[in-house]
Amino acid sequence: MARILPEPTPETRHFWDGCREGELRLQRCTECKTTYFPPRAFCPSCASRKVEVYAASGRGVLWSYVINHRPRQDMGTEPYAIAVVKLEEGPTMMTNIVGCPQTPEALVLDMPVKVRFEKQTDDISLPLFEPAQS
Amino acid sequence: MKQNSVAVVGAAETTKMGKIPDVSVIGLHADAALNAMADAGLKPSDIDGVATAGISPVELAHYLGIKPTYADGTSVGGCSFMLHVRHAAAAINAGLAKTILITHGESGRSRVGAGGFGRAPSSLMGQFEMPYGVTSPPTMFTVPVLRYMKTYGVTEEDLATVAVVQREWAALNPRASFKDPISVDDVLNSPMIAWPFRMLMCCLVTDGGGALILTSADRAKDFPQKPVYILGTGESVETPLVSQMYDFTSSTAFKISGKKAFEEAGITHADVDHLMIYDAFAHLPLYGLEDLGFCKPGEAKDFIRERNTAIGGKLPLNTNGGGLSYMHSGMYGMYALQESVRQMRGTAAAQVKDAKISIAHGVGGMFAASGTIVFTNEK
Repeated sequence: MARILPEPTPETRHFWDGCREGELRLQRCTECKTTYFPPRAFCPSCASRKVEVYAASGRGVLWSYVINHRPRQDMGTEPYAIAVVKLEEGPTMMTNIVGCPQTPEALVLDMPVKVRFEKQTDDISLPLFEPAQS
Repeated sequence: MKQNSVAVVGAAETTKMGKIPDVSVIGLHADAALNAMADAGLKPSDIDGVATAGISPVELAHYLGIKPTYADGTSVGGCSFMLHVRHAAAAINAGLAKTILITHGESGRSRVGAGGFGRAPSSLMGQFEMPYGVTSPPTMFTVPVLRYMKTYGVTEEDLATVAVVQREWAALNPRASFKDPISVDDVLNSPMIAWPFRMLMCCLVTDGGGALILTSADRAKDFPQKPVYILGTGESVETPLVSQMYDFTSSTAFKISGKKAFEEAGITHADVDHLMIYDAFAHLPLYGLEDLGFCKPGEAKDFIRERNTAIGGKLPLNTNGGGLSYMHSGMYGMYALQESVRQMRGTAAAQVKDAKISIAHGVGGMFAASGTIVFTNEK
């Protein structure tokens, strides 16, 4: 069963194009300098429309998660973590943590993680995260 | 809103509760509505306002043969009914309608005439959460909790204790789905759902419904039941994505809604005799107690462990057994409201003696929304 995938909209296209091209793209307000996520055409902090897209570091820390013991059909048969990372630039983002066991022992809050793009289709790559050296 | 200007004069749940395979969703709405109308001594032709969530108020009105001057389809998840009460109170005060019916019905377990759980892949949830394997509330509502636990030293035992204490209340309620006592060990040995959440830390999945009828306080004394007045109300909404909560250790919507309700009611925490906090999962009473201001951040675990919310405690909480043990059809807020009304009428199965002020506090979605109603039986 094919994995459930996102369908980009005009406001989020740059993000998914970035994932396909190996770049984690966030948006930043050019007036109040707030970086925000998910994508939208204006700053949620000051409502300015003067915003820019930029390449984020792709680094963050593991902020919270659960380990789903009743896997969704398209996610395989083993338990997997549904995680939120807190990006270096500030926003939080839901993701999966890859490259390590899906156990409480391996998944320690505040551990450094970095983005790893995993290609799903010609259009969509998902921004997953893996443990990083601090 | 104006304190005590509007009252609940009709309140009822569906005739059956728990597993109801022979009634569809709209049928559950109607069963609860007819029971509430009987409770208030009213017919559909006496109702001039309708509010509901899950189905459209259009479906509800036509199904019951009501031709309303007021319709509210606010649908923000399980606390929608708290918002309906709030809006209905304002509408009655503004003269938009005189007698407003609010209904809930959900075939959560049997799925008779029920829709599915899903989001368009182009929605924010479809793009930024669904791809990572979230399924239903057990894998979404729970996502912030490890951060809360780390911040305040909350343990799995603390989460389990919430379920244990509520089961004690459920034992007093003949209509509760689960009444047998459980221990912390029972909870911690129940099947893993989404670590750190075990099955007994998650709500039931049942069928049922409920309905409320509101009218002006001036008219309320002419109805057969003891009026239950609306003393204060609050509401707020936060985020459609649990991963985008402003603070993983606190619900901003809870704080805004609760503060507004206390202000409108003109009460302090010490005035509250009875409390309902929507408990889809064991962490919600912890967040609720703290965000409503009954406990300082991180102290709700101790407050519950020290049995302040248990039978005989100073703040009886979720006295019907809650979503964890009584019932949970999907949008539980209606049942929290029903228990508050029963407590104010003095007819609850686990009646809190001399209770005069009750609060029903609801959550919608996965920390998406909130609604708070302060009831009193004194005018």
